[in-house]
Amino acid sequence: MIDALTLAVIQAGLQQVCNEMDITFSRAAFSPVIAEADDRSDGIYAAEDGALIAQGELGLPVFVGTMAHSAAHLVRLIGEGAVAAPEPGDIYIVNDPYLGGTHLMDVRFCRPFFVEGELFCWLQNTGHWPDIGGMVPGGFSAHATEVEQEGLRLPPVKLFKKGVLDREILSIIQSNIRVADQRIGDIKAQAAALLVGEARLSEMVSRYGLATLREAIAGIRARAAERMLAEIRRIPDGVYVSETFVDSDGVVDAPLRIALTVTRQGDELVFDLGDSSPPCQGPMNSVWATTCSAVYLAMKHIFPDVPINAGTFAPLRVIRPEGTFLDARYPRPVSGCAAEVSQRIAEAVFLAVAQALPAEVWAAPAGTSGNFALGGFDPARKAGYVMYQITGGGYGGTAEADGLTNGCSTIGISKTAPVEVMEQYYPVLFRRFAIHEGSGGAGAQRGGFGVHYEVELLRGEAKASFVMDHGRFGPPGVLGGGEGGKNIVKLHRNGSTTIPLHLSKDQGLQLRAGDRVEVMTPGGGGYGNPRDRDPALVARDVRRGYYTPDQAKALWG
Amino acid sequence: MSRITAGIDVGGTFTDLLLQDADGRVRLAKVPTTTANQADGVLAAIAAAGSSPAALDLIIHGTTATTNAVLERKLAKVGLITTAGFRDVLELGRRTRPNPYGLKGTFEPLVPREWRREVAERMDARGAVVIPLDEDAVAREVRALLAEGCEALVVHFLHAYANPAHERRAGEIARSLWPNDYVTLGHELLSEFREYERGTTAAVNAAVQPVLDRYITRLQSQLAAQGHRRELLVMNGNGGTVPARLVARQAAKTVMSGPASGVMAAAATLAQSGLRNAITYDMGGTSTDVALIAGGVPEVSAELSIAYGLPIHLPMVDVRTVGAGGGSIAGIDRAGMFRVGPESAGSLPGPICFGRGGTRPTITDANLVLGRLDPARLLAVRDAVPMETVRAAFAAQIGAPLGMSLEQAAEATLRLANVHMSGAIRMVSLSRGHDPRDFCLFAFGGAGPLHAVALAREIGIPMVLVPARPGLTNALGCLVADLRQDAVNTLNRGLDDISAEEITQTLAAQRDRALAVVTADSAEVERTDVLHAADMQFRGQTHLIRVALPRIDMTRAEIQAAFESAYFARFQVQLPEIRAVLVNLTTTVIGRRRAFPLSALLDPAARVGEARVGERDLYAEGAWHRATVWQRERLAGGARIAGPAIIQQADATTVLEPRSEAVVDAIGNLRITVQP
Repeated sequence: MIDALTLAVIQAGLQQVCNEMDITFSRAAFSPVIAEADDRSDGIYAAEDGALIAQGELGLPVFVGTMAHSAAHLVRLIGEGAVAAPEPGDIYIVNDPYLGGTHLMDVRFCRPFFVEGELFCWLQNTGHWPDIGGMVPGGFSAHATEVEQEGLRLPPVKLFKKGVLDREILSIIQSNIRVADQRIGDIKAQAAALLVGEARLSEMVSRYGLATLREAIAGIRARAAERMLAEIRRIPDGVYVSETFVDSDGVVDAPLRIALTVTRQGDELVFDLGDSSPPCQGPMNSVWATTCSAVYLAMKHIFPDVPINAGTFAPLRVIRPEGTFLDARYPRPVSGCAAEVSQRIAEAVFLAVAQALPAEVWAAPAGTSGNFALGGFDPARKAGYVMYQITGGGYGGTAEADGLTNGCSTIGISKTAPVEVMEQYYPVLFRRFAIHEGSGGAGAQRGGFGVHYEVELLRGEAKASFVMDHGRFGPPGVLGGGEGGKNIVKLHRNGSTTIPLHLSKDQGLQLRAGDRVEVMTPGGGGYGNPRDRDPALVARDVRRGYYTPDQAKALWG
Repeated sequence: MSRITAGIDVGGTFTDLLLQDADGRVRLAKVPTTTANQADGVLAAIAAAGSSPAALDLIIHGTTATTNAVLERKLAKVGLITTAGFRDVLELGRRTRPNPYGLKGTFEPLVPREWRREVAERMDARGAVVIPLDEDAVAREVRALLAEGCEALVVHFLHAYANPAHERRAGEIARSLWPNDYVTLGHELLSEFREYERGTTAAVNAAVQPVLDRYITRLQSQLAAQGHRRELLVMNGNGGTVPARLVARQAAKTVMSGPASGVMAAAATLAQSGLRNAITYDMGGTSTDVALIAGGVPEVSAELSIAYGLPIHLPMVDVRTVGAGGGSIAGIDRAGMFRVGPESAGSLPGPICFGRGGTRPTITDANLVLGRLDPARLLAVRDAVPMETVRAAFAAQIGAPLGMSLEQAAEATLRLANVHMSGAIRMVSLSRGHDPRDFCLFAFGGAGPLHAVALAREIGIPMVLVPARPGLTNALGCLVADLRQDAVNTLNRGLDDISAEEITQTLAAQRDRALAVVTADSAEVERTDVLHAADMQFRGQTHLIRVALPRIDMTRAEIQAAFESAYFARFQVQLPEIRAVLVNLTTTVIGRRRAFPLSALLDPAARVGEARVGERDLYAEGAWHRATVWQRERLAGGARIAGPAIIQQADATTVLEPRSEAVVDAIGNLRITVQP
């Protein structure tokens, strides 16, 4: 029997291997999405079934659990002879959403780890590439109706064969993506991270021996399951129901419903999403791996101290929602799944579990990544450009405090770029970057505020695209709290103002110099009855201009 | 020139003093910090050393006045005048949350919204005027903020780093109306892009300026009342000092100066020991400070934060704080997993052995149980807890559920704590592109030397250095500190878009400005060193690489070559096809003071009696050992001690694990070789 200290030391060691892969990847990466925004994740997966052994603490939350799905598919395909068997030094590349992925921009590298000629585990990472081809730069289309329009889809193939980069596969990739010349920097960084993982894991193998490591990995998994179980046992037996809505799929102007039933059944927490809307025409479908991961990441937000491995999620049973837009199959478009749909699923989990553990869970957060892309040609620099502006929004109120203002998306950890940096790189001028006044949902503890910005095109022509959400309904409050302010997009063109048909999603909107785009992101939902709020705080919020006197009167009476 | 110099550091608990007499001899003092008025403690320390302010030629002072003010939010009322449309920048931040998981936490900006006022004006990214400054609005809003009772003012305009004309003009108007000197212009402190970071840095400055000014004025007058006639030098977070009359102007630079002085002392010690690379390891009760010294120079960062949402983007010694200390709690979680930290008993209730009501075993308690700390010395507190109580806690809370003896439980506590610390240190060094195994571990603070040998073994570091006075390192940092000024200007353009003349002129202007401050107190400065550097990146990247520029008149080709070789050294990648971007130009001017010979810290008079003072039972690697116990002050140069052994001194205890050996070097360091 392995002793408690060795178990704890090996757990810390495996965690360290993953953290060092995370930091290596970010430090060496080229694209800001990875280097600055940390839109990546690294982990270790079981040889036989791809089960998660350990995952870096610095990885993007949306990748919690997704790579286990892709590792499982890889193991299956190798077993079926559909993919060549691994050899030392190989690295598989894959981004197929239907093979345990997210959107096409999330590219996974998977490296076999051999000990004395035998496959011991997989080292794997995901990095969000800034472009993967497809109909819009950056990949966030609002109008795609099949996955082929969204970009290059790679099945698992060996990009590195026995340590050597396959230049032929590389040239196929580079011929199909934008800004291809800089991608070699990211590819080298992504591979280097796995090499660092291999070196550190080898040190652990020689220090503890294979038998001890195997036993420890099993022990750690069992303890993580115990730990999660201890948390969910605090949830009273019962059924908790919630629903959330995606504004539209970007193609058909009708809301998509996520219907969640959470049931505490003995030592299991069961998540049933089966009554959700059917698959949609536009890109707001989610694939199974992402849907599953969205539930996991929501639970990790609720219980942040539980370590992440396959055991953590064992007591959580997510029923595969077949026939819904949350289990999309080829060729459904899926580019909205990681950034938007996953956040609506997490929101449904928050709203359901808040009923069971009201002291610990918050009202709904803004829950959109706020993707706004502007692509055009700058006549002054004689060059094309693609500008991305992402934004946060308000968090929901909690039992203790008002929600945070301009919090990061639920699924992300990345900072936004400063206005001064955006204006250096692109022919735009921000007319304001401010609090979305009045957007915090009313409650005993109100929601945090969203952002209100307005950006003007200075030169040339450009096309604007948006993939946002919560334009139709604001983020809900809990325990009597009101909903947060909605997401609002306005285009001021040639003296007139328009609102996109789908409110929060559109693409290819033509802009000329002097035209402006105005965006207000959602505020967080309120927590508890607004009448229970300290009147002094209401007065303070009015004094600060967070609400007009009329708004405050309407919301708090 | 015979001079009497005192380095005085005010820490959270103690005020430490190191005094160098005219004959080179050193006197020490350690007195409790006086929280209400730190000046009282400073005077008490001078008295405790048997000196008086009148006798001192120079006082170099490290203070936590501004750090505490920010952490406790005991700040001045600050008003802000900013660009129309952007008053919420300080509150919105950059879309973050306090922790990666959990959507909780709050943030209060330093300037509340009602005191953030907008005026019409706008520059573009190139510094061209888009909207002219509404001067009447500036005067109107300044008066309004005064009427609201604001004591300090920030003027912060978009793109002022590119063209400060509007900020300067608004500053003139504001200064003509403002009743005191507390007006901070964003670009004056930091001429770097990123509006949130620059604005927050300015707001921190304004918020602590009156606090620091009042404190320094009070200290100066209390010192003057007792006959001191000179001007203080005050420590900054960049590891250098500035004259007292100038320090409040850039008050934000004193925030985080405490940890910086420890690192400067480490650097001075390394230099006089003939060593170049070290990881400094300062373990205290609730947290541990870690910094890197590479090639003899402490790593500096301009991207530190004092707390969530409060970045201070001024060049400072890059000290990272790890949330583990002597008070970290050991226990078993809900799933039966053994854990140490992150929960901490802090100083209240503190470890069980402190007798302040702590009931859960901590790292400090483990050291006691294993004989690493001397029970007779540690338990000499007011409400002593019997040793049996501490032992019973390990037996009952950890040993019994895990099937371990109480000694095994206590040792497991230290081992797991070291594993976590090792991981944290690896991450700090990897993030700077270094392998920690190429460094020695420089251990100081109360608890650093206690764990350093075991920790070095866990990381794979072959040598530990414990300085002569590990508990007085911050005061030593004051005594050895040079005067220092840093300047930064953002260009953020392709290198091929920038003329060599522009680079030369910018660096020369930076140099002249910094030299003026450093040489303001010319009596102190023996010589000045001027260091130029460029922060560069490849187009499309966000990480910056600092490239040293040996001259101000370098050609673009020379700068490009220097960048490429620095990049290759860090990442082993060459990217000739991608354009280089010059983001910032920086200049550091260091006014070197007379070097302080560290051997002066050794007191030959104390070297009386047998250094070996006894033996004690020490539990290590699963067994009890009979360890020799040594009195550090009595060890002569060249003395050699093999582990297991314990070396005790007034301000710290060093534990030599089995298979380690210490040698006392010429300036009194313990150089400990650690076998794997």
